[in-house]
Amino acid sequence: MNKVLDIPRVNAKNMTDKEFFYGHKACAGCGGSIAVRLALKVLGERTYTALPAGCMSAVGFIFPQMAFNSNAIITTFPGAASMASGIAMGAKALGQKDFKTVVFAGDGGTADIGFQALSGMIDRNDDVLYICYDNEAYMNTGIQKSGLTPYGTQTTTTPAGKNLPGTLTHKKNLFEIIAAHDIAYAATASIGYPQDYLNKVNKAKHTKGASFIHVYASCPTGWGTPTETSVEIAKDAVDCGLIFLAEYEDGEFKLNRNPKEFASIPDYLKKQARFKHLSDQDIEIITEHRDKKWSRMRKHWL
Amino acid sequence: MKTNKIFISGDEAAAYGVKLCRPHVIAAYPITPQTITVERLSEMVEKGEMDGEYMHVESEHSAISVCMGASSVGARTFTASSSQGLLYMAEGLHYASGGRYPIVMMNANRSVALPWSIYGDHRDSLSLLDCGWIQVYVEDAQEALDMMIQAYRIAEHKDVLTPMMVNLDGFILTHTYELVEIPDQQKVDEFLPAFVTPNKMSFEEPKNLAFSSKPDDNTEFKYQQNQAVLKSIDVIKEVDQEFEATFGRKYHDMVEEYRCEDAEVVLVAIGSVCGTVRVVVDKLREEGMKVGLLKIRFMRPFPEQEVKDLAKRVKAIGVIDKDISFGYEGTVYTNVNSAISKVENYVYKSNFIGGLGGRDITKAEIEDMFHKLYAGLDKSREEKVEFFSLNVETNE
Repeated sequence: MNKVLDIPRVNAKNMTDKEFFYGHKACAGCGGSIAVRLALKVLGERTYTALPAGCMSAVGFIFPQMAFNSNAIITTFPGAASMASGIAMGAKALGQKDFKTVVFAGDGGTADIGFQALSGMIDRNDDVLYICYDNEAYMNTGIQKSGLTPYGTQTTTTPAGKNLPGTLTHKKNLFEIIAAHDIAYAATASIGYPQDYLNKVNKAKHTKGASFIHVYASCPTGWGTPTETSVEIAKDAVDCGLIFLAEYEDGEFKLNRNPKEFASIPDYLKKQARFKHLSDQDIEIITEHRDKKWSRMRKHWL
Repeated sequence: MKTNKIFISGDEAAAYGVKLCRPHVIAAYPITPQTITVERLSEMVEKGEMDGEYMHVESEHSAISVCMGASSVGARTFTASSSQGLLYMAEGLHYASGGRYPIVMMNANRSVALPWSIYGDHRDSLSLLDCGWIQVYVEDAQEALDMMIQAYRIAEHKDVLTPMMVNLDGFILTHTYELVEIPDQQKVDEFLPAFVTPNKMSFEEPKNLAFSSKPDDNTEFKYQQNQAVLKSIDVIKEVDQEFEATFGRKYHDMVEEYRCEDAEVVLVAIGSVCGTVRVVVDKLREEGMKVGLLKIRFMRPFPEQEVKDLAKRVKAIGVIDKDISFGYEGTVYTNVNSAISKVENYVYKSNFIGGLGGRDITKAEIEDMFHKLYAGLDKSREEKVEFFSLNVETNE
């Protein structure tokens, strides 16, 4: 694959003014739609976009109002990766060249129901970029717990009450599970750090074969945050260390951001209605989990 | 005319048929008794006898998804499955027909668990009769091969654009060997032109496909889909006629009547058991009984007109079902009965359920069915749904 240095950096100056995702019906402040919009600007016109059932497909394809200005298709919920594989393979078999196939799937569509197809896609090294926009629950169906919902989160299927603190499990370790396939390129990102995200998409665009980006994308509706703070809260999540920015390339992990000091976890949590109920003890569990993860990453990835 | 006949199994015949159609993408997951088809196709790709891509998917759900993805950019696709695998595809089957992707599939008819059985009956595909696919059931290996070629012509027709499932009885057809004529590639190329569809994504004309519809327009989409499947009845007839003109074999469109011209009592069946019924019909005819066979080839679209035409002429119709819709009837019977109810004359009817999980249906059993239908004519037997040759006592 191409080395980082061979690929020109994407920045505000050289990024296209063209829009490929607009006029959709997403909620105000939707982080997922920012992730889709930015990535498509990098990927450009010659792109096939596949989206499983989920927020982005629900808000983008309401006949006859189509919100994608380039080729796009809704897939079955478990079949995003495999349908994208079919698109990439079909177009190749028809002799098409210089195009990219991309998936935008939510956390449930990726880490839960779509995982088998995704694993198969990476195993076959199909020429597809799979982007998981992670808003940490099944938002389209009304905020239910997914495999990427973090500990302590209140959702409609993990209500917090006298007996339970909300979600009891930590986030599935998606990035490392993907990397364990020995994929050519994988990265984590956040819409709070758009420059970093855009350039990871660009790197994946230039990767032949399967690539994967896990982008943290806020959801004011599901998280109980003001719509105007979506980008800020996605940045806060990285700054307090609950979300990390990393890459897996040529068989090596790389931490892109390794702060000397983390911002406050309680400050991040308390801004969101979904965490309002957490006790000091819960916050301690969350903090311990973060510290353990970071000590492992720093030990092995630096 | 010089012919190219080889001794192959039904699974292999299906593979040869697919190869001649030059699909761009084949995606399949192995399941008994379909496996030989996908093994042969893999070998053909490896040897360079086929240009298509073979995708090793991790499930049947992904097999159908890959086919839909490839079809959505205008590629010709093939998949094959059976039983549990077909059921695992079920979501994709509805999706493919609603999306109007003319995928062709071979289904090796096999029983559905529980209890586990790898042997044949029709409960897999008949339980998916409502998924919007055209369904054809073949009787021998030659028909399996020929129907692959016809299937692409039918499915890809601009007025049809509907996926099609070619059903072969598990083991009875998939694993038995017959002399099969392999059509000439050049003739197939002339018979089957390249797949052209307006229903695709391209860079020249970008599209958003597989969208949501509101209650205001959903019914209209489903109406159009139904019209397309109904329209396929004409296309099936045209394609079979042209096939006969090109290759010298014909399959009598929606149904095949065997010795029904002056028949009083007729058995209706689908798939390989029709071969056995023919033999019994011949025997009973020699004994002076006016019996016949109606081989239903297409279960969707359903040959309503053909069944009605027959019902107007006969006194009794029995339906053999390797299927049971628990709590009611065999599905073939329900469909046949619906057509019979639209004629004015009375026809005695009965449903014979058997052959489940691969049990043989013997000539003696079929002969017995004809006798039971005659018994219905003189009112000594009621119309009923009967599990024949049961090995357990019943109080019926």
